[in-house]
Amino acid sequence: MATKVHMEALSPTMEEGQIVKWLKSEGDEVSNGDVLAEVETDKATMELVARGDGILRRILVEEGGNAPVGEVIAVIAAEDEDISEFEGGGDDGDDGEADDEEEASKADAESDDDEDESDDEDEEEAEKKDAPEEDAEEDDEAAEPEAVRDDEPEVAADPAADGERIKASPLARRLAEEEGLKLSDIQGSGPGGRIVKRDVEEAVEAGAAAEEAPAEVPTFAPESEEDYEDIPLSQMRKAIAKRLVQSIGPVPHFFLTMDVDMTRAVEARARVNAMLESEGVKVSFNDIILKATAMALKKHPECNAHWGGDHVRRFNRVHLGVAVAVEDGLITPIVRDAHLKGLAHIAQEVRELAGRARKKRLKPDEYTGATFSVSNLGMFGIEEFTAVINPPEAGILAVGGMEERPVVVDGELDVQTRMKITMSCDHRVIDGAQGSRFLQTLKAILEEPLVALV
Amino acid sequence: MPEITYREALNQALAEELERDDSVFLMGEEVAEYDGAYKVSKGLLERFGDRRVVDTPISELGFAGLGVGAAMTGLRPVIEFMTFNFSILALDQVINSAAKMYYMTGGQISCPMVFRGPSGAALQLSAQHSQAAETWYVHSPGIKLVTPGTPADAKGLLKASIRDNDPVAFMEGELLYNVKGEVPDPEDGDFVIPLGKAEVKREGSDVSIITHGKMVHLALQAAGKLEKDGVSAEVVDLRTLRPLDVEAILKSVHKTNRAVYLEEGWPYVGIGSQIVALIQDEAFDYLDAPVVRVTQADVPMPYAKNLEKLAKPDVNRVVAACDRVLYRD
Repeated sequence: MATKVHMEALSPTMEEGQIVKWLKSEGDEVSNGDVLAEVETDKATMELVARGDGILRRILVEEGGNAPVGEVIAVIAAEDEDISEFEGGGDDGDDGEADDEEEASKADAESDDDEDESDDEDEEEAEKKDAPEEDAEEDDEAAEPEAVRDDEPEVAADPAADGERIKASPLARRLAEEEGLKLSDIQGSGPGGRIVKRDVEEAVEAGAAAEEAPAEVPTFAPESEEDYEDIPLSQMRKAIAKRLVQSIGPVPHFFLTMDVDMTRAVEARARVNAMLESEGVKVSFNDIILKATAMALKKHPECNAHWGGDHVRRFNRVHLGVAVAVEDGLITPIVRDAHLKGLAHIAQEVRELAGRARKKRLKPDEYTGATFSVSNLGMFGIEEFTAVINPPEAGILAVGGMEERPVVVDGELDVQTRMKITMSCDHRVIDGAQGSRFLQTLKAILEEPLVALV
Repeated sequence: MPEITYREALNQALAEELERDDSVFLMGEEVAEYDGAYKVSKGLLERFGDRRVVDTPISELGFAGLGVGAAMTGLRPVIEFMTFNFSILALDQVINSAAKMYYMTGGQISCPMVFRGPSGAALQLSAQHSQAAETWYVHSPGIKLVTPGTPADAKGLLKASIRDNDPVAFMEGELLYNVKGEVPDPEDGDFVIPLGKAEVKREGSDVSIITHGKMVHLALQAAGKLEKDGVSAEVVDLRTLRPLDVEAILKSVHKTNRAVYLEEGWPYVGIGSQIVALIQDEAFDYLDAPVVRVTQADVPMPYAKNLEKLAKPDVNRVVAACDRVLYRD
């Protein structure tokens, strides 16, 4: 008899796996326990082993392909066995799910009996209720195939994981579907963990709908595809994104702070401004920070990126958003291609943009599509602060004020002009080490502006 | 509006219909000389004479059959069973004759008649005299079933039942006869309530207690108790069990997402079974919990007072059922 090779739950939280490599090819003889493929889960790359003997007759999901847990990804059978029924692949997986669900439902009906008051008639009732439930689900499938398909992998995954299907009242199922929530993300408070109306309502309030958020994030579409690279999400990237969103909100921020010696930047600014005096241009510290940030981003494109919901978009060009306080709020006009522009150019452009921003004369394309943003509150005497990311951007730099502070250099007390910068990172896109490396580069440029020439 | 008893309301309805239509007559054990075993027909013999108010021997099958024959030939008999427990003797005439006649004669002969009397338990009348008879009657197509719980409903629905062209079983209750309630003054015109219409006896938003007959009062008590606990219970009185007001049931379930069926009869294939089936069929996606039934215990009614109390539905059991569908238990 043919053995179906299913995508197995190789980690406790895995919902989908990616075939990294098939270690057996179609036609190879395999025995029970042989490693068939390497599968990348949300946690690690794992080995998927054969659960039967025979010939690996058919591979249904190619290398690089993804499959939800429970889906049939290959067929092992005798050499001459008819496996035509598996050629469709997906259909067969569905049959398996239906069986699992039926069995689970029966188990449900039986366990429900224990809770009921008078056994005789309630047993009948439980069975009656159960049968139409499946009918109703079939009806749903006909009416709204997509919504149902979303749920299916979970239904299949659950019996594999812990032998139980997700229990939810019909109303709760309907409400969850309307809210775009997955039942697996909701904690049930009813008998036997049944998800009921109040649980869905609580989940909605708690912002479990956050997963929907990426779809609503406006996506900036640059002019040319050469300007960016879309990086498909690895299973680990997906797991990080999903977990963090549940933890901290739609954009899972974390913060990195560095203390920068601005002594040389102060000197450099004085000389530059002396140089530019005849042209009537004056460079601010913020302009220097913008220039340095653009340079550092060019070196660390992983921080010059957008979260795209199902991918991360890394930009080759740096479009810097500059937060400008206006009368009743703030706006971030954009210095486009900041990495290509000189200090004087940036200084003039920012001045011009900020002036029009205060008069509310900016055109939409002048404040949309930044790849990274900078917010500076140093002029207010703010020592350090954290800025809120403007999605889909993955990072923002919060710049504090400069002040002379005692620091210890090589065991000696010194007085330096110091400034604290704090980067907010979207953890779905940027990890701690990546953000830190970017800040190291930025700090190096600010502490030795000559780097700009190298 | 004048406040009268359920008994007086029935008496008014009978008198008004006897007065209005001389094809109407009342027949049963002790309905005439004795004014009725429960005094429902008080004064009617004196007022309408012995051709309109007729005493019978103790022979349920016989006088039920007389009634069917009279109805077939154009009269509108009201057959009183001293209680519906005794009507079991007459069921052949009810189910095989009255309920089938219109169908089996291809619509040529109808049976416009009412079988009425108390149904269900009173106090310590033991197993043979405490039975809720709804299921035996409602099971068969061809006969309507009306179960008023209040004086107003008793009057309005009895008048509609007498005027209906199909046989109607009209179930009252010994414990209801002394219940008082507001009933429109006869001076203010003909008061008739159409069959097949449920009534929301109390509005609520958290759980629907759906019920019929004398259990309406228990449901209202339970709703009052739940209110003190912050739960808003809606009480839906079906009033007519056939034809059933499906729309009213679904409307309430759509609103509250949780339902309890309360009836005084047994659970096995009871009225509640039908209502539960209907709700799961028609309102599945609106349910937040399985529908729970509160019924008499599945035993012959005990005579012993303490056991009888345990066998009957009570307020605490209704509240507990509501708590269960609200996941508060």
